[in-house]
Amino acid sequence: MERAPKPGRDVPPKKDKLQAKRKVEAFLGGKGSFVCLRFLAEETAPTTARASPGPPRNKKRNQELRPQRPKTAHILKKSRISKKPQVPKKLRKRKNPEPQRSLSGAQDPFPGPAPVPVEVVQKFCRIDKSKKLPHSKSKTRNRLEVAEAEEKETSVKAARSELLLAEEPGFLEGEDGEDTAKILQADIVEAVDIASAAKHFDLNLRQFGPYRLNYSRTGRHLAFGGRRGHVAALDWVTKRLMCEINVMETVRDIRFLHSEALLAVAQNRWLHIYDNQGIELHCIRRCDRVTRLEFLPFHFLLATASETGFLTYLDVSVGKIVAALNARAGRLDVMTWNPYNAVIHLGHSNGTVSLWSPAMKEPLAKILCHRGGVRAVAVDSTGTYMATSGLDHQLKIFDLRGTFQPLSARTLPQGAGHLAFSQRGLLVAGMGDVVNIWAGQGQTGPPSLEQPYLTHRLSGPVHGLQFCPFEDVLGVGHSGGITSMLVPGAAEPNFDGLESNPYRSRKQRQEWEVKALLEKVPAELICLDPRALAEVDVISLEQEKKERIERLGYDPEAKTPFQPKPKQKGRSSTASLVKRKRKVMDEDHRDKVRQSLEQQQHKQKKAKPSRARPSALDRFVH
Amino acid sequence: MSANRAAESLLALSQHEELVDLPEDYPLSASEDEGDSDGERKHQKLLETISSLGGKNRRKLAERSEASLKVSEFNVSSEGSGEKLVLADLLEPVKTSSSLATVKKQLNRVKSKKTVELPLNKEEVERARTPLEQEIFNLLHKNKQPVTDPLLTPVEKASLRAMSLEEAKMRRAELQRARALQSYYEARARREKKIKSKKYHRVMKKAKAKEALKEFEQLQKINPTAALEELEKIEKARMLERMSLKHQNSGKWAKSKAIMAKYDREARQAMQEQLAKNKELTQKLQVASESEEEEGGTEVEELLVPDAMHEAQMNADGPNPWMLRSCTSDAQEAEIQEDPEQLPEPLAHNVSESEGDERLVAEEEILLKEFEEKRSLRKRSELNQDAESVGSQETKDSISREVLFELRTLSQKLKENHQSRKQKASSVGTVPQVQREVPAPEEEEEALLLQRPERVQTLEELEELEKEGCLQNKELPRPVLEGHRLKKNPNNQTDSPKKKKKEQMIDLQNLLTTKSPSVKSLAVPTTIEELEGEAERDQKQMIKEAFAGDDVIRDFLKEKREAVEASKPQDVDLTLPGWGEWGGVGLRPSAKKRRRFLIKAPEGPPRKDKNLPNVIINEKRNIYAAAHQVRVLPYPFTHHRQFERTIQTPIGSTWNTQRAFQKLTTPKIVTKAGHIIKPIKAENVGYRSSSRSDLSVLQRNPKRLSAHHKKQLKKNSID
Repeated sequence: MERAPKPGRDVPPKKDKLQAKRKVEAFLGGKGSFVCLRFLAEETAPTTARASPGPPRNKKRNQELRPQRPKTAHILKKSRISKKPQVPKKLRKRKNPEPQRSLSGAQDPFPGPAPVPVEVVQKFCRIDKSKKLPHSKSKTRNRLEVAEAEEKETSVKAARSELLLAEEPGFLEGEDGEDTAKILQADIVEAVDIASAAKHFDLNLRQFGPYRLNYSRTGRHLAFGGRRGHVAALDWVTKRLMCEINVMETVRDIRFLHSEALLAVAQNRWLHIYDNQGIELHCIRRCDRVTRLEFLPFHFLLATASETGFLTYLDVSVGKIVAALNARAGRLDVMTWNPYNAVIHLGHSNGTVSLWSPAMKEPLAKILCHRGGVRAVAVDSTGTYMATSGLDHQLKIFDLRGTFQPLSARTLPQGAGHLAFSQRGLLVAGMGDVVNIWAGQGQTGPPSLEQPYLTHRLSGPVHGLQFCPFEDVLGVGHSGGITSMLVPGAAEPNFDGLESNPYRSRKQRQEWEVKALLEKVPAELICLDPRALAEVDVISLEQEKKERIERLGYDPEAKTPFQPKPKQKGRSSTASLVKRKRKVMDEDHRDKVRQSLEQQQHKQKKAKPSRARPSALDRFVH
Repeated sequence: MSANRAAESLLALSQHEELVDLPEDYPLSASEDEGDSDGERKHQKLLETISSLGGKNRRKLAERSEASLKVSEFNVSSEGSGEKLVLADLLEPVKTSSSLATVKKQLNRVKSKKTVELPLNKEEVERARTPLEQEIFNLLHKNKQPVTDPLLTPVEKASLRAMSLEEAKMRRAELQRARALQSYYEARARREKKIKSKKYHRVMKKAKAKEALKEFEQLQKINPTAALEELEKIEKARMLERMSLKHQNSGKWAKSKAIMAKYDREARQAMQEQLAKNKELTQKLQVASESEEEEGGTEVEELLVPDAMHEAQMNADGPNPWMLRSCTSDAQEAEIQEDPEQLPEPLAHNVSESEGDERLVAEEEILLKEFEEKRSLRKRSELNQDAESVGSQETKDSISREVLFELRTLSQKLKENHQSRKQKASSVGTVPQVQREVPAPEEEEEALLLQRPERVQTLEELEELEKEGCLQNKELPRPVLEGHRLKKNPNNQTDSPKKKKKEQMIDLQNLLTTKSPSVKSLAVPTTIEELEGEAERDQKQMIKEAFAGDDVIRDFLKEKREAVEASKPQDVDLTLPGWGEWGGVGLRPSAKKRRRFLIKAPEGPPRKDKNLPNVIINEKRNIYAAAHQVRVLPYPFTHHRQFERTIQTPIGSTWNTQRAFQKLTTPKIVTKAGHIIKPIKAENVGYRSSSRSDLSVLQRNPKRLSAHHKKQLKKNSID
């Protein structure tokens, strides 16, 4: 029963660990300083970690996934380290006091189940215990206990399976305060293995103007469109060209749809959809003068922002326009999406960023970010941070978790025209013909804008930026063509083989497509806080309750007033009945008073937290 | 004429040093009808100059009320335009000629001579001229008393600054007490005024008369001259009474009473009383009873009890002997005593107030003066003692001064409130010129009072003070105008909420203009590389200019305000026009009615973006998403949070390991393939069983089964 294998479970065999870890030492010229440059080429071997956290499947509860992802690799290390000393008490207790003897008589040196570090388990716990529960009856309490036990069990299991995430993210480390930003691409290429080095390349396409580019969700395919009509798609790892056409029209943006087989191109007039052969499948006339495209993979929605100021959602699975929203803010040419809640962020010329969902005609939120117009917006993969750059030459990072306050800001000599976040939270900004990449201090924090992690100069002004998923590669489209840069530590090293498998075959892709379509999330579920969907609709609940009371004429859930039982032998006189009633009432009253007193005390305690006890000598002070 | 005046001013220049900038605030009568009454005019002017020397007329504004009728070539006047008439301009010929060189030289010499300027320098003030002054200065120097502006010795200042918490507390307590006292006084006055009993008032009147008599007698003993004045007053009252027909039983009321007098004893008595009163009043050298006007006066006094404090406050200037003198003398003297600094533009901070108000205040002052004087008399002696033992009581005095100052501001407000009422009382006669001038010294005094260094008690205050200082540096460069800032002080409390309101805006500003260190990055875009340093500044300037026009923040705030307004629940107005009152075109239902039929919408929960100035969060409900939410609580749960907790763990395979997923999704009952499932019987549910239960039904959760069940199952499986 437990083994029950699923058909899609098979993944290509693990590659041997050729590229896994490599410590490279290299001379860096210039000052004659010896620099040890360690570059751990990120490995792309697939793992069978299906059950482990992978990129989000944006189901109803896709938010559940959120806390897991950014941490994976980081936590992995911890778990390894903590294996020996950190044994959670509870688990230890479960062990048998005396080791079991096997048939051979050998003693198990590590009896019982393997210990799991508490922090990792904690990571997978999803029950929000911060909210206080009202007092519950025993039956309810039982249910709650069961739910908690289930949560614990599953989280322990998930924590254990982290072992399967074998890959670690790469990184770049300068020695003795060496600035990593000074390390050139050439140095990195020299230091890494051949396979990784091949990922750095330049496409010189000077003829057809600045390029926009887009990687497919698996990170295997790359599509790019030049402004002067050049559209191409290729498997960039093998450099196998899928199609190359010229649409003989201005190309404003290009985007893969759910798979690499379909390609949406925003052309001068309409929105066109091509397949991977370069055959035009659709021309969508309802989306005209589109400037930016964004695809929401779990909803199968193609969001288009147009010059006319409309944000249009096109359901590509059924070919219907779900919503066309007028942003009422003029031309729209800054757009991005939040992978956490699938909300579209639009940047406007009045310095605001507005957040949109197809279910609402008005923006969900509006944030005033800059004094001048907003030039670029990017949201990180966890949906926690938003980076914006404006005409006032500022680059700001906002917290999206409810407060929308800027966490850090920085003035750039020439404002950033393009921004992008990588899977692991690196931020890249394209300023003129230079790209700057900033990395965070820790794993979870926002990128610190003090020191750039890497910089690179291109042969032309930047026009499009995207980090490749599951590869430490940054694709830059510029007026001179396409550049694929190596950025160690940019991507998530472990991928979910069933979710987005870079090595999948055509059959697998088709299989996945069906499943993805079956799991399509309805467009109206997009809201700012997806967790809210797992909550009870309190308003209608109350409403229904009220209606019920009105219908019945009484409150069925109300506490019935105490009615003394009739007793015999003259003890049921009116006076004694009243007395008994009185008693109960008084008891209730006392309870109430006690409660209110407790509350008051609680409040007072809160008001002045733990003042030291007055000493006997205090009386002499005054 | 002009030559005449020029000569005069020259004279003034040479002789009276104090009159140097006389033309500035010289009260020139605007409408000059020249020629015929030249001599008279001259005389008038002389008088004016003399009086201005005394400092009385100084505040007359040199303004021109109507256009001069004649414009003669001789009549070159500098009035109206506000410019100074420079002698050199007059003397200079159209073309400069060398023949006037000598005169010019002389003039230059005169010019270069150092003249005394009116905010006198320290040394000039300190220079003692008369022996008396010298003596006084000596005394002051010996006692280390400040002679001029600061008013407080350094020691005093230090002590003021170094006020501890206890002291501050004490002071506050005192203030509170004083305020409470004031309110008591007010309440009492109001209460007493409301009393309708005639008898009570009669008794009161009598008591007052008695008291007045007593006081008069005392006054006779202490101050015969004052008593004489009082006597004169009484005499005058008697004259008035004799002249009038009051109390002669000839009025309407008296006549009506006369009819009744035959039968009504009371009426008769009233008439008798009237006559007696008349007699009393017309009798010579009898103490006059309080007349109606006096009553009004007392009323005013009652209302303005705290003003007694104002009087005492003058006394409280104790430590400074100069000030002490001013307190003992009357207001005019005080004015002369005033700091010379204040002289040039004493009205600067008065301008805002309307003149009518001033006059009213002045009249009150006069009325009140009498009462205050009595008190001051009493207090003076004490304070004199205080003044002698300055060193020890400095701090105490300062405290009391603070209290008094607070009280005074309070009373000032009160006065304004009651002004309208007093207008009637005080508009009996035209107020003489001198009395009108009274507010001026008062104001000055106030300014002085306010100039005293304030105590900085909290950090916030300190900051505020600093800010104020900055403001002053920018806006009020001249020390004369300090009154402005200080006037604000009583309003400090009202200012603070405004500030709070503005805080949001400020916050937003800060938000958008966060300055971050712009570290030079390694690779700078090629277009930028050349221009750095000042070029950067240029760029900033350019950006500023570019965004100068559109105020993004204001627009955003406006938008937010609109959004907030729109999201507020609307009140329901159920008023029907024309019901219960007149209806028709142009008639609106009364406010009372509207209030009655307005159903106020309940206050909604606070907005999520209440404290986020830069965010507008849409509060509308996403009904499409709500359709997917649970809206009925399942059975054992009584609160929605309990239920939510049970569904927070995801059960999908995306979030769980395979095993966990399978375990979570196993059905409660698993049926094995190929087995026949018989219908459930009573025995299966727990009743005594005789037959065998089916094996094909397995419980998912064997733990939960009772022991009995387990046994049964075992038995079944065995057979």
